[in-house]
Amino acid sequence: MNSYSFPYLKQLESESIHIMREVVAEFKNPVMLYSVGKDSSVMVRLAQKAFYPGKFPFPLMHIDTGYKFPEMYEFRDRFCEEIGATLIVERNEEWIAKGCHPLKLGTDKCCWYLKTQGLLDALKKHDFDAAFGGARREEEKSRAKERVFSIRDEFGQWDPKNQRPELWDLYNTRLNEGQTVRVFPLSNWTEVDIWNYIRMENIPVVPIYFAREREVIARNGILIPVSAFSTVQDDENSHYNNEKIRKINCRFRSLGCIPCTGAIPSESTTLDDLIIEVINTRKSERENRVIDLGSDAAMEDKKKEGYF
Amino acid sequence: MPTREKTLLRFVTTGSVDDGKSTLIGRLLYETKSIFEDQYAAVEKTSKKRGQDEVDLALLLDGLSTEREQGITIDVAYRYFESPNRKFIIADTPGHVQYTRNTVTGASTSELAIILIDARNGVLTQSRRHGIIISLLQIPHLIVAINKMDLVDYSEEVYKDIVSTYQDFSEKLDIHDIVFIPVSALKGDNVTAKSDNMSWYEGSTLLHYLETVHVTADRNLLDFRFPVQNVIRPHLDFRGFAGRITSGTINAGEEIAILPSGRTSTVESIVTYDNELKEAFAPQSVVLTLADKIDISRGDMIVRKNNLPQIENHIEAIICWMDEEAISNGNPYILKHTTKYVKAFIPRILYKIDVNTLHREKTDTLSLNEIARVEIRTASPLFFDSYKNNHGTGSFILIDPYTSNTVAAGMIRGPARTIDELAEKTEAKASQKKSPHTVWSGWNIPKKTREERNGHKAAVLWFTGYSGSGKSTIARNLEKTLFAAGCHTMLLDGDTIRHGLCGDLGFSNEDRSENIRRAGEAAKLFFESGDIVICAFISPFERDRAFARALIPKDRFFEIYTKCSLDVCKRRDPNGLYKKVKNGEIKEFTGISSHYEEPQAPEIIAETDLRTVDDIVTEITGIIKEKEIIK
Repeated sequence: MNSYSFPYLKQLESESIHIMREVVAEFKNPVMLYSVGKDSSVMVRLAQKAFYPGKFPFPLMHIDTGYKFPEMYEFRDRFCEEIGATLIVERNEEWIAKGCHPLKLGTDKCCWYLKTQGLLDALKKHDFDAAFGGARREEEKSRAKERVFSIRDEFGQWDPKNQRPELWDLYNTRLNEGQTVRVFPLSNWTEVDIWNYIRMENIPVVPIYFAREREVIARNGILIPVSAFSTVQDDENSHYNNEKIRKINCRFRSLGCIPCTGAIPSESTTLDDLIIEVINTRKSERENRVIDLGSDAAMEDKKKEGYF
Repeated sequence: MPTREKTLLRFVTTGSVDDGKSTLIGRLLYETKSIFEDQYAAVEKTSKKRGQDEVDLALLLDGLSTEREQGITIDVAYRYFESPNRKFIIADTPGHVQYTRNTVTGASTSELAIILIDARNGVLTQSRRHGIIISLLQIPHLIVAINKMDLVDYSEEVYKDIVSTYQDFSEKLDIHDIVFIPVSALKGDNVTAKSDNMSWYEGSTLLHYLETVHVTADRNLLDFRFPVQNVIRPHLDFRGFAGRITSGTINAGEEIAILPSGRTSTVESIVTYDNELKEAFAPQSVVLTLADKIDISRGDMIVRKNNLPQIENHIEAIICWMDEEAISNGNPYILKHTTKYVKAFIPRILYKIDVNTLHREKTDTLSLNEIARVEIRTASPLFFDSYKNNHGTGSFILIDPYTSNTVAAGMIRGPARTIDELAEKTEAKASQKKSPHTVWSGWNIPKKTREERNGHKAAVLWFTGYSGSGKSTIARNLEKTLFAAGCHTMLLDGDTIRHGLCGDLGFSNEDRSENIRRAGEAAKLFFESGDIVICAFISPFERDRAFARALIPKDRFFEIYTKCSLDVCKRRDPNGLYKKVKNGEIKEFTGISSHYEEPQAPEIIAETDLRTVDDIVTEITGIIKEKEIIK
């Protein structure tokens, strides 16, 4: 009888695979949003499993802002080539050319132009009707109420008060004219699950998740990597003129754009260390994300507008 | 790593605004270190802004800003925490607005429910309503957490009073496992640590129960059902069928049938990214390849040849209406069942169920948050099992083809009956109307009371095996032994049943099934009367035995497989039946012309060709003693 016992991670895996197969069966033109982070890495592995021995029948799409870490670009290109995935990279060139930057426009506006608008334009351009995203309900409290299949109107907007009930594993995949859907196969995974799965499956991730000595400045309690400012084209050094550069052992717990991604002090250089750190931490996963700190409802507001 | 071996438990919490649900969840999250400092800091800020003196833990749980502003919860939210042995997913459902819709949604994926009762208020209408919805959704385990014990001086009397009131009520429900735990979510008594204030309470703490409750057995591992999701064809030499096993198990090399075509083949291989499997089981996601080239597409179902689901396009179901717009009897809906969408009509609403009292009401329409029993016709047949036996193949949703909204959740009861039967039913219902309390109010004298007087628990010992395998011999000896020991017993076997109750039945597969259905129901009556019921029937089909099993609480049903080679049975031939078969006097006979499905997981195997009758009887009495049926 015991042979039928099913460990938690395998159960989550099976559910995510089920979701991906439903999408491929029911939608004309799905895409997987690939952000290069750990959740994306796990999502890609699940897609490989779902359609094995075939290849997963959809492209990966990265909405690039130009402000990602160099290690991320390098990892992205190598990883996608190794697994033979089709990678689409889309950027909001118009606003990147205008020098859109959080320190100039504020984080909310910068996110809106480079990420939200970039994503909506890209979905339209390629006529994707379903987009997989790696968001998890545990990450942030407005995400706790997100459906696995999240319907968006033609402007990509989320209406939290008017969501379809989701019962059993029977997903309603029908859309009205103009609607698209964001699908979150990792909805029920937690940060600890993601890392445990990465270890169990030996999944490659960007090396900056691990600790080493880095130059940072402390701003509003967040450790911003010094390299953040080298990506600003004009008056590049002016932003940290009077701030002290420190060298400390740190790592990045979740990855975003350099100016808005803080490091956390850490000694975790191996996967085992890192998992123990994540289990013991008393801070939430997005503690280092400047974009969430605007207000108690910062994420919810972005989501309603079409952000993930 | 320990985490890999952890199991998962999904549960739903229900309760009203003031009975402390948020505090309880907050407490569980807090004590299992699942609340983070920065999350805590954010709600601390909001609490202050609102002028509250204490940090409002409920704010941790309310995800949307409109909810936080208004101090209410408007939708199901999911929470995650873990203990050393388990990962938990909580479906947190609000207590007031759209209550039924949200509770049904949250409950649909849950294996356990917690109902909160405020010790000061006792059992209220809503506490009953919660129980009724949980029973309709067939959640096997229920914890009734009696909260705010600190406000009633941790009184054992208050606790016992609530327990007995709720037990009386829950007799009407279809929930076999109910536990009561006195807690104070605010002070932490019996939530994660045993309370010093209630030394009279000997049960486990809430968290301990959640960590240890046995849920694997709730999975249906008997009936193999594999709805095909996708066809995987990477190249010309590979053609596989992807899906998640809804229930049951399957081995490479086993014979299968495909629905609706009815064609048969064998499983060639069970493919996964990690490795090829010899055996797969629910709820694994796998790819099956078959020995024969057969046209199969999404929406088809692969099953075992000798264990078929029901195939009908006219069914009866309980549905919960979830849309603002009321039901339309004339217009078609889209029904999603397993991996299949079909057009469906609702020709008739049989009755509406009042979720506060379970009373049935006649109705022509159905609006938001109402629950009803309906008839449904589908454009093509569904391959289903009753929801009670199989949640995966017994559930469906209805979709409005115009708005694309999910408008209803459905649980299949079975095929719709004929008009004549329905008329009969309606009449019976009308006559019951005079005294409605006799309709659903359980047994006059509770089983427990009967058991106390009998000095032993009620149980059903179900013998199955070939004719001549020794079922009756052992059953008769066993009954004599138990009776001599002062037990109240009843023996049901082919002779006692077929001479009266089932005198109208023959030996076709259908009649055999009906025979076992009646036998199971009869066993249940004696069981409710407190007896140890010993049943001896060939009962060749797994599904029929599963039916009999489903009527009886889990730890009270013992399937005893009298295992014996067919040759020995033939040699014994106690009633000369095998001889008659040989002479052509009997046409349908298990083991000769019709099939016997071996039990997959019987509680007891009695190898009657290897051991003596006395030996086996001693073993069985030992086992039921161990299980505390007898002393």
